[in-house]
This record gives sequence, C-alpha cells and structure tokens, in this order.
Amino acid sequence: MADIDVTFDTRPLDWRTAVSFAGIAAVGLLAVLLPVFASEYWLVAIIIPFLILSLAGLGLNLLTGYAGQISLGSGAFMMIGAYATFALQLRLPAVPLPLALVATGLIAAAVGVVFGFPATRIKSFYLIVSTLAAQFLFEWLFVKFPWFYNGYSAGSISLPDGIELFGLDASSLEGRYYLTLATVAILTLIASNLVRSQTGRNWMAIRDMDTAAAVIGVPIVRAKLQAFAVSSFILAIAGALWAFVYLGSAGVHSFGLTRSYQILFIIIIGGLGTIRGAFLGAAFVSVLPLSLDWLSQRLFGGNVDASLLQNSQKVIFGVLIVWFLIREPEGLARLLSSATAPAASLHPRKIQRSSSC
Amino acid sequence: MSFFLETLIGGLLSGTMLSLAAIGFVLIYKASGVFNYSQGSLLLLGALTFATLTGKGFPMIPTLAVTIVLLILAALAIERFLLRPLTNRSPMTLFMATLGLAYIIEGVAQGVMGAEVQALDLGIEDIPIFVGDILISQFDLVAAGVAITLTAILSFIFHRTRFGISLRAVADDTRAALSLGMDINRIWQIVWSLAGIVGLVAGLLWGARQGVQFSLSLVVLKALPVLIIGGFTSVAGAIAGGLIVGAGESLAETYLGPFVGGGITPWFAYVLALVFLSFRPAGLFGERQIERV
Amino acid sequence: MTRPILQVKNISLSFRGVKAISDLSFDVAEGEICALIGPNGAGKSSLLNILNGVYRPDAGEIVFVGTPFHEINPLDAARRGIGRGFQNNALFSGMSVMDNVIVGLSRHSRTTIIEEALSLPRARREAMQFRQRAAEVLGLFGLTPYAKTIVGTLAYGLQKKVEIARAVVSDPALLLLDEPLAGMNAAEKEDVLAVIADLNRRLMLTIVLIEHDIAAVMKLAHHIVVLDYGRKLAYGAPDAVRNNPAVIAAYLGGRKNEVAA
Repeated sequence: MADIDVTFDTRPLDWRTAVSFAGIAAVGLLAVLLPVFASEYWLVAIIIPFLILSLAGLGLNLLTGYAGQISLGSGAFMMIGAYATFALQLRLPAVPLPLALVATGLIAAAVGVVFGFPATRIKSFYLIVSTLAAQFLFEWLFVKFPWFYNGYSAGSISLPDGIELFGLDASSLEGRYYLTLATVAILTLIASNLVRSQTGRNWMAIRDMDTAAAVIGVPIVRAKLQAFAVSSFILAIAGALWAFVYLGSAGVHSFGLTRSYQILFIIIIGGLGTIRGAFLGAAFVSVLPLSLDWLSQRLFGGNVDASLLQNSQKVIFGVLIVWFLIREPEGLARLLSSATAPAASLHPRKIQRSSSC
Repeated sequence: MSFFLETLIGGLLSGTMLSLAAIGFVLIYKASGVFNYSQGSLLLLGALTFATLTGKGFPMIPTLAVTIVLLILAALAIERFLLRPLTNRSPMTLFMATLGLAYIIEGVAQGVMGAEVQALDLGIEDIPIFVGDILISQFDLVAAGVAITLTAILSFIFHRTRFGISLRAVADDTRAALSLGMDINRIWQIVWSLAGIVGLVAGLLWGARQGVQFSLSLVVLKALPVLIIGGFTSVAGAIAGGLIVGAGESLAETYLGPFVGGGITPWFAYVLALVFLSFRPAGLFGERQIERV
Repeated sequence: MTRPILQVKNISLSFRGVKAISDLSFDVAEGEICALIGPNGAGKSSLLNILNGVYRPDAGEIVFVGTPFHEINPLDAARRGIGRGFQNNALFSGMSVMDNVIVGLSRHSRTTIIEEALSLPRARREAMQFRQRAAEVLGLFGLTPYAKTIVGTLAYGLQKKVEIARAVVSDPALLLLDEPLAGMNAAEKEDVLAVIADLNRRLMLTIVLIEHDIAAVMKLAHHIVVLDYGRKLAYGAPDAVRNNPAVIAAYLGGRKNEVAA
C-alpha cells in the first residue's frame, strides 16, 4: 500500500527533483545578488518590469490557466490595485506600504468576486463579457471621478511620499528591485501552495469538466469565486508595483485593454496552467521588442519605421499564439521540460509526469 | 416627446450598424461554434483595402471585387492553418486562437497599408431627413436597409438551401457531420468567406461614417453585447440585439448620462448584456444548450 | 428486504416533448446491487442524472436514506453520499490519476483557502490524509503504478477504473455507475466486475448500475430493473426477470440462450 510516497508531494525524490531544487536555489541566489553585477539599465528597464509582468501573469494564470475561467479584465484589476494603493497611501499615510498592498489586494479580491459572480451561472466563455465590462467600467470610473486621482490635472497618480518601507526610503534602484523581488517571491510561493492544494485541484477539475466536477463533490461556486478573488488579489498588487515601482506614475492608459491582452498572451505563450509559465511568458514578452530592435539595427541599420516594428511584433505575437495553441497548449513550459526529458519527448503525449509547477 | 423619439430612432438606426457587424459573428458561430474574435480585424482588412485602393484612384466596382477576392483568400488560409489543426479542441482554445488571429490580421493590414485614418466615400450622402418633427440620418436609413436585406438573404440561405442545412448540421455535431461524409473544410471555407464579405459590408458602412482606422477592429467589442442579448446562433437575434443595444445606449447616454457625468457609452452595453446573461443566458433568440453527461 | 436506501417514486422526465422517463418507481435495498437494463434511449442515464442533480424531473420524488427530494443540487447530492461514474469517462483529462482521485475527496475538505495558501499545518495534515486515502483506493483497483500518469494518456479500461476509484474514494452511501463495462475486452470486464462485487461485499456499498452486458448483469445484480421507452417493464431478481415474457419479447428476444450462460 505504501508504494506511493505520501509525505511530501506525489513525486518521490529523484535526480530530476533534486536538480530543480538546486536550480531554484541557484536562481534565488542569482536574484538576490543581481544588483551587484547587473547594469542599471537592465534592472530598471528589463528585470523589474519582467518580474511585475510575471506576477500579473501568475495572477491571471490561476484564474484562466488553472480554473479555466477566461478573463480579459486583467488590466482593470491592475488598475484597481494602482488606484487603491494610491488612495490608501494618500489618505491613510500611517498605514505602511506592505499593509497597504495587502489591503489593496483584498479590495480587488472583493471586486473580483463581484465580477466573477456571473461565472457561477453561465458558461466560462461568457465571462469575457463580465471581465470586459469590468475593464471598460473602471477605465471610465477612474477618469470620471477626480477623487480617485486627487484632482491632479494629468489624471495620473503617483505615491505622495515615494516608496517607504519600514521607515526606510526604498525609492532607490536597489530598494525598488528588492521590494519587487520579495513581493513576487512571496506571492509565487502562495500561488504554488494553492495549485498543489485541494483548491488547486478543484480549479483544474472545473477547468477540465465542470459538470462532472459538481457531481463528484467539488464546490464549484465557491471554488470559482475563490479563483477570481485570488487572481484579482495578485493582479492588483502587480498593478500597484507597475504604477509606482516601475513607472513612477501611471494613469488609466497604462492598464487598458491592450494590457489585458498582453497578460493573456504571456500565459498562453508561457504555458497555461503552470507556475513557471507566467515567468517564461513574461520573459519572452519583455525580450521580444528588444530583439526586434536589435535585429532591425543589425539588418537594416535602424532604418525601419517604428510602426512597422510594432506591427511586425503584433504579427509575431499572433502567429506564436496560434502556433502554441495548435502544437503546445502548455506553451514554453512544456517545451522546456520536453527538452530536458528526451525520452518523454519521443512520445510527447504518452506517459507524462503530472506537472503542477 | 419628439426629442425622445429622435433619440430613440437615432439609437435604433445606429443599432442596425451594430447588427451588421454582429451578423458576421453569428455566421461563424453557427458553422463552427467559435466566437471569432478576429471578425473585427477582417472588417478592418476589408475596409482598409477598399479605402486604400479607391484612395489611389481605382474605381469602386473592381476594387470591391479585388477586396472580396482578398477576403476569400484570407478565409481559405484561416481554414487551412487555423481551423483544421484545431478541430475538436475546446471553445476556449479556439477563441484564444482567434484572438491571435486578430493580431496577425491587424499587424499585416496596418503594416502594409498604414495606420492613418482614411476617408471612405461610398457615394451615400449623409443628408438629414425630416419625418414630421423628427430628424433622421439618410445614411443610417441606408445602413438599416442593407442590414435588413442581408438578414433576409442569410435567413434564406440558412433555412431554405441545402447548404444552409449542412451548415447547421456541422455546427451542431461536427463528428456526426464528418461521418456522414460532409466536406467540413469546404463548408468552413464558404462560411468564413461569407463572414468576411458580411464584414466587408459592415466595414464599408462603418468606415464611411467614421473613417477607416484601427478602431474599426474594436467593433468586436461592440458586437459582443449584441450577441449576448440576441443570441449567438441567430441572425434575427443579431438584429434584435443590435436594436436593443443601439437604442439603449442612445437613451442611456441622453437621459442617464448627465447624472454620472456622461461617457457611459463604452460600458453601458456590457452591463446590459450582463443583466441579460443573468436571466436569459442563451439570448433572446439563441438556442439553449443542453449538456448531456 | 432491508430498509430501502433509495426509493424512486413516479419519476417522469421529458426533453422538448420527448418523454425520457415515464412514471418510474422502484426501490433499492441497502447493500444491494441493482442493475438498470434496457435498450439505448430507455432513459437509464437520465435517471442517474436525476439522482445526481444534473437533471430535474418533471414529476415524482426521490427518497434517499429516508430524506425525500424532488430536485437536488449536484454538490448536495455528492455531499449526501451519492457517488457517480459516468458513461463517457468524465475524467479531468489534464490531471494525474492520483489527482483525479483526490478531487473526489473535496466534499470532505475542511481546510480554508488561507490555510492552503500559507501551507499551514492543518492544510498539510489534511493533504496527507487525502493522499493516503487516495493511495489506498488506487491500490484496491490496481492503479498504483499509474498514480502519476496523466489520465488522458491511459487505456480506456484503466480510465474506467480511475472513474470508479474517484467515485468511491469519498465513501459514498450509494454508487451510481453508468455502463462501467462498456468498451472493454473480456479480461478487463472480469477485472472491473470483480472490483464492483468486492466493493459491494466488503464495504456494503449499495450500487446502482446501468449495463448492456446482460450476462454480467445476471451474475452480479441482486435485483434488475428493466426499462423500455422510459417505462418500467419489469423488476425483480435476475431469474424472475430472465423468465419474464414481456421482457423477453421486448428486449432479450431470441437471445435467451445467451443469457442462460
């Protein structure tokens, strides 16, 4: 009976697990030491946005990749995060930033539950309507009522006292980096715990076959609303980081429908239903514009029209989305694990290890 | 009172424009069970091609022919490279694929033809007509006429021709249709070409009204509430939905708008759709899906 | 008969004018295996769907463990202890065998999402208990070597076993099985039949199953309900049903010789 190791995960400790532990530790060490040897440009323009986009992707992936509830409203929830944090820091300055972020997440979670409620009564596809409604509603709301942006004429918001952590000024490059890193690390850990838990399994059951799931005993309504809540929580914090830690100041336009598309593309390319998918997708999305720029410099001496570059990017994204959906719905995440498991890749759809990470 | 009627009628007429855009979605949904997010991009492609060529001086009729051929080619390519590999996948997967497709089409269209706003002249004058005390736009009337004609033609095709019946069979149960020897690929090619042409008509009318620009592709966002309210599987529903959304938006903006500072048009239709979803998930004319386990 | 655990009383159901079930009534005693047989379209799956809350009957009542209900929410049905195996293998295709089975334990979960998110001790303890229970059930079905395999990649017969395992893991009071032997070869059938008989004998599990393999049903079931066009044609012990002239005429026909085996 005890053929299966039940003490930890359902995976026994083999060399592959050991390697991934070592890998994670190495990445962790690298991440902590990064400011020491990475250039300022890289940290500010690439690494920090990459981390924040990964976080946003993580949030959306829980909802769409794991629970199968499609959402085009990620931008709206990031927006709520930015504006909520702004309101809290402005009107309740005594509340320290980390706490404000948590409160922001909770506010967004509540909103997420409201807009996710239709999900409990209609087919997943129709959620597009609900999430788009959220997207448009909040784009309008935060511009229409000056209370939200405190009447600043540009309509954009920034933290009144800068970024302050435990009494220390964290607006320096290192401060911003470590704040982002810590936040992303903590939330990734939480997300990772959730997807391996009963809740995570419930989500995947709902995604795969929700009529059967209900009959089996999965609390569908509760699980769906939980997915919306957790997803919105994470997206909101990502939004706050994006606005204040990365951009410095932001407005509604930073979180428009294009942003929602972008986050969705990140998880499709990176891998729906995987934790590392968000990171892989965000890395890709961050790196692609740079690569195209670099390529155009090399091949055409920089004489390429900016809009042509943008349109090429669009086409490339579109082609990749379609290609990944056709060939590899689990995106880069699956491609990479196939590369490191040569035997399995011969029969890509045969005996596969269960992947929840 | 006449102001109210004017607002209402104006709303209804602009609603027919929405219906026109929505009909393309219904076609594809009826045939492949897919919500085609790229319908708006196809609309843009058609209108942009037409506007660019006529802008360069080419006469209208040949340009129209060329554009239609282009759209048919696009439909063939889509069927071959997107639909066929994704047969029997989940609706969510198909939807996301059409999202990717939208990006491809837009990128190509704008990359080749530029992103500036282009004027489109169809020769229809936008002279206001007075009916009693009420002001009606002639352009809107033409659009409404076109929409009704299209609906009639499509309804005829669906319900009276063999092709139409095959279409509905394919949509209902692709595997069964295959086993009966129906050429699904051919049917999809025809349907997507039709959808492209319908989109072209809608795109030309929209383009004539507001200029051909990127925002045309966002018509998909306008069409979604229309489809929710009217039902995804009914052309008549698209008309009904369009009318309701058009009138609703017009009245809401005029009468509710002042209370909240205006600008409610972008989201009002969606909230309306959400309300409908709570009470009639299949839409006014749509078919209720019964899930068998 | 011991106290009936399930009573179907005058159930009727129709779909858009087509009558799926007409005024159906029968009892199932606790601890017995009751088989529903009849031609396709006779309303058998529909009845199971009513018991699980997927469909709502037009008329009639169900009494389960003494509590009557007309319609029920699927989650409620699961919570009351009605387990279900589906006709077309409604497994969660993206998950492993082990995970599929553990999902079956959801109704027993007591941890909150916060506890799970922070991996607090109570959550970890429950997770371990669930894994142990699932491992037990997998062992029962001989599925242990496949615990980490994604179900979508398994052979059909194995998938069926996972379905039943998933339905059984939460200790239901009543197990509904929809054609558990469909699509299997003789060896696989023997296997699954043995498991079903075992579950019934050792765990005193009441089982209602739909099956087309009459020979198997005759050997396995304590009582048989014969349905035809949504109507009850006969009810009784296998022998009685086998010799019932109405049943022979409508369903068993000239295949009486087969059945005698």
